[in-house]
Amino acid sequence: MLNFIDTVGEAVAGIKDGSTVMIGGFGNAGQPFELIDALLDGGATDLTVVNNNAGQGDQGLALLIKEGRVRKMICSFPRQSDSWHFDAMYKAGQIELELVPQGNLAERIRAAGAGIGGFFTPTGYGTMLAEGKETRIIDGRGQVFETPIHADVALIKALKADGVGNLVYRKTARNFGPIMAAAAKHTIAQVSEIVPTGGLDPENVVTPGIYVNSIVKVA
Amino acid sequence: MSIQTASIQTSDKPLGRDDLARLVARDIKPGSFVNLGIGQPTLVSNYLQPEQNITLHTENGMLGMGPEATGDQIDGDLINAGKIPVTELPGASYFHHADSFAIMRGGHLDICVLGAFQVSATGDLANWHTGAPDAIPAVGGAMDLATGAKDVFVMMTLLTRDGASKIVEACTYPLTGVGCVTRVYTDKAVFLTGPDGVQVRETFGCTLEELQALVPVALTAAPAVER
Repeated sequence: MLNFIDTVGEAVAGIKDGSTVMIGGFGNAGQPFELIDALLDGGATDLTVVNNNAGQGDQGLALLIKEGRVRKMICSFPRQSDSWHFDAMYKAGQIELELVPQGNLAERIRAAGAGIGGFFTPTGYGTMLAEGKETRIIDGRGQVFETPIHADVALIKALKADGVGNLVYRKTARNFGPIMAAAAKHTIAQVSEIVPTGGLDPENVVTPGIYVNSIVKVA
Repeated sequence: MSIQTASIQTSDKPLGRDDLARLVARDIKPGSFVNLGIGQPTLVSNYLQPEQNITLHTENGMLGMGPEATGDQIDGDLINAGKIPVTELPGASYFHHADSFAIMRGGHLDICVLGAFQVSATGDLANWHTGAPDAIPAVGGAMDLATGAKDVFVMMTLLTRDGASKIVEACTYPLTGVGCVTRVYTDKAVFLTGPDGVQVRETFGCTLEELQALVPVALTAAPAVER
């Protein structure tokens, strides 16, 4: 069921305490700042957040972390020059971190959306990030078993949507959007433009509308 | 022996970062698909020649990445793995993160160039975490690149600030990947790592004997064909 929603506040209103929320973006590119701000205003807490990073500067995900609303981060690269809010919470023991190699993060999200129960990969084999995980030698290479990452909600940013929820993105802002849209039970996309159905070339649709539940236009 | 070792010294002084980047760029085979890691490896892009026809991959979903953006070219939606604004070249393509990492993990990249804290005699790589108790770990795409690219080149200074060799018998820092490094470019020498142990392709500002005194791993001169 697809809904076009007028405001970001209404779009995120259904997000409950304790939810797992995927947030698109790599650095600031593709980060749905307006939806994150609405989540901040909406008050949901005890969240598990899946994002490549753990917020930067004093905006978006960084503020959600600063306000103590994130119980756990699942990410690949939390430490950056401007990740001071995550750093402080982590050092104070007030946020849990599941550190995942970036390719495993992407593939675990993809696996969730594709109904895959897990996969073996050489990434991380023999390292501390594989400790405690099942391993096998496959085709002569050590491989580690990784499980899917599901989410209750995905917040993503796209360039355009059409009337049936098909999405196209812009340049490297695409990043995690398409796989998060498929992995979450409920996907909310903020877009810069909504075009009439038929206004996107079907050959160029990146995320088919079947993965999208709510669309909100952000100026 | 002295004749042989003299023959692999190709510079009378250690190489600076830009000279090293120029050397790595020269060694990349024409037509290669390449991922350059954050930091020193990024310098390599400054020395790739158009006739080499190299395609650069960035982990956040692009092939055909161009030089760093300046002025009006800066676009927040077009960045590299280091989150620096970049440009696109004709023939560029964009794809989502799982596809981007499938390019790495599926063995489609010819070469990745990474920085390192340590490389072991058998090509183990340590480059993501010091293991210090108060350090916040961050791995990014390092483990995927290390295990996925056909060749993994490392660029680093040979010695730490304290004078310890970063080429070691076994890494003491947490590993990024096991047996993955094929070449190590340093200010003092180029090393080839693999099943035959550590071979030295060329030295800069030192002889093989002088190099051996710095590195706690048995070194041999690489066969001429490798040079």
